[in-house]
Amino acid sequence: MESMTVQLDQGSGGRATHELVQDLFIQSFRNEYLLEMNDSALVNVGNGQIAMTTDSYVVDPVIFPGGNIGSLAVHGTVNDLAMRGARPLYMTAGFILEEGLSLETLGEIVSSMAAAAREANVFIVAGDTKVVPRGKADKIFINTSGVGVVPPGVRVGGQYAEPGDAVLINGTIGDHGMAVLCKREGLAFENEIRSDSASLNGLVEKMLEVCPQIHVLRDPTRGGVATTLNEIAEQSHVGIRLEEEALPVREDVAGACEILGLDPLYVANEGKVLVFVPARCMKSVLRVMRDHPLGRNACKIGETVSNDAGRVFLRTRIGGHRLLDMLRGEQLPRIC
Amino acid sequence: MKYLDEYRDPQLAKSLLNGLQRRGRDGRTMKFMEICGTHTVSIFRLGLRQLLPANIQLISGPGCPVCVTANEDIDRAVWLAQQPGVIIATFGDLLRVPGSSSSLHVERSRGADVRMVYASFDALQIARENPGRQVVFLGIGFETTAPTVAAAVRRAASEGLRNFSVFSAHKLLPPAMRALLEAKDQQLDGFLCPGHVSTVIGAAAYEEVVTRYHVPCVVTGFEALDLLQGITMLADQVEKGEAHVMNPYRRAVSWEGNLAARRLLDEIFEPVDSTWRGLGEIPRSGLKIRCRWKDYDAVNRFFMPRIEVKEHPGCRCGDVLRGMMTPLQCGLFRKVCTPQNPKGPCMVSSEGTCGAYYRYEH
Repeated sequence: MESMTVQLDQGSGGRATHELVQDLFIQSFRNEYLLEMNDSALVNVGNGQIAMTTDSYVVDPVIFPGGNIGSLAVHGTVNDLAMRGARPLYMTAGFILEEGLSLETLGEIVSSMAAAAREANVFIVAGDTKVVPRGKADKIFINTSGVGVVPPGVRVGGQYAEPGDAVLINGTIGDHGMAVLCKREGLAFENEIRSDSASLNGLVEKMLEVCPQIHVLRDPTRGGVATTLNEIAEQSHVGIRLEEEALPVREDVAGACEILGLDPLYVANEGKVLVFVPARCMKSVLRVMRDHPLGRNACKIGETVSNDAGRVFLRTRIGGHRLLDMLRGEQLPRIC
Repeated sequence: MKYLDEYRDPQLAKSLLNGLQRRGRDGRTMKFMEICGTHTVSIFRLGLRQLLPANIQLISGPGCPVCVTANEDIDRAVWLAQQPGVIIATFGDLLRVPGSSSSLHVERSRGADVRMVYASFDALQIARENPGRQVVFLGIGFETTAPTVAAAVRRAASEGLRNFSVFSAHKLLPPAMRALLEAKDQQLDGFLCPGHVSTVIGAAAYEEVVTRYHVPCVVTGFEALDLLQGITMLADQVEKGEAHVMNPYRRAVSWEGNLAARRLLDEIFEPVDSTWRGLGEIPRSGLKIRCRWKDYDAVNRFFMPRIEVKEHPGCRCGDVLRGMMTPLQCGLFRKVCTPQNPKGPCMVSSEGTCGAYYRYEH
């Protein structure tokens, strides 16, 4: 049974999205920049390089603990640029508003967007507004573009991981996805789970200062850490081994995932960065990460290997090994 | 996590594993079947199968409620979704399961109003918010899920909701265990009995299996130590030639089960013969809404036509569900049957054996 219509999980950020992008968009728009499959494209301008990116935000609910769709749009775009080692400079913002959206909500979203841009030191320099009839959009959609400059000597991308790299992360995983899910489904736990949504350019800048040889930076957003690591393993033709014991997960997030039957490795993050560094740089990079407010819980979670290229394995707490695949379909709570 | 971490202790797990390794020395093979989809997923997620000695084999049985749902029931759910004015409320896992010619997922993309819910009471809320439309909750699941559906029926009745009904494809596990043992095409040495189901039916529910078929049953939780202890207890019994019901999962499961839930089940549902994918019709293994509550039975509310059921040629989900083969032995596995384009339910369900092999095996 082949279906000939777009399916929801083709937007989930997992394997289905990956295949749609590869089979349709990349095939049609085919060029060397897109083929790299990175968060932003590096293009030559004059004697230097700039990074360019675009993204759309369609989160439900639009306001969630720890942020809203406006701040998220800035953080996401800034991070797409920062993940190439670029210094984000300018953004654009296009708004598609559903008739009936309260102006109070819109005001709150725009003002937190402005605050997030100030904090990340980027200017929102152009924009667009469209209003569609009620039911034709879900409250508010935001599309953004961003540009930044790449400092000389920096060469960061998903294709540059090498065997022997240490894989680091700046903190706990799954916070954003669980905050949004709990809010959307009205699930209340003892402590409110808050999104980790944040601009990572400041942290990335510090890391590149002590180790310009960082190979890969990637923020594990939709599809979570597991999907992102699979993308990097494919792009760089390396295997990745993770240690379950080393994975940092907040207790409340772990508890919520446990109750719903979800795996935090597939839950979205918006303020986390996966870092692939040559082993010799690991200690210095970890040190500056832990000195930064967004990297206090930074740790090593695994390493790259030359065998099993393109695949990610997890060593479980009891010493077993299992394949860690990309997210397939949507992650769904179990039935029983 | 305070009460979970202690059941994940790596040192204790290693010591139980060492104990199991010592059992392999006499060369006797032991085949234990887990009949709970969550057990299957836990076993794969822990990487447990590779850590056991070669002579202790874990076989996945018909423990995934989505997987055992007959094609015919999926087709009827698809038919319901196509009816004008109907809203289908269902657990997400059921969406992608292919029926004879379509799935709920495909019907939704074609315009059907199919909504994913987390609980039967969410479906009631949809009914309250849409008084002009009929809301049908697709009731699948074992004894764990059925009581909550029964509660939703009772609540709908007490509120006088006239636009809510249940399409019941619920299944009961002990009759399936009996059917597996009766079939005699699979020699099993013991069952890891389901933790969730047992909270409702109690450990006593397996007594008949033990006495009639002399097959050990151990009620097991879902953590590393639970599973290792369950396997150890089964191996002990096999070595001694004994067969008992044992319940090391007493923190959640009592001998008699949850009496209130059982009473509720009995009030709303009655056992009927039911068709299981792979196992065929099993006497008194399904749940039908009792006549007294027929207003809430979708089968009563809608006149469903007879649908010609077609199975995908080559799909071996039935054999996988009976533990007769592993997904790796299926000609479709990974080649034409993938989670993106599943040919059978064992690939699509998050608790399905094929899906688990696809996601977690090397």
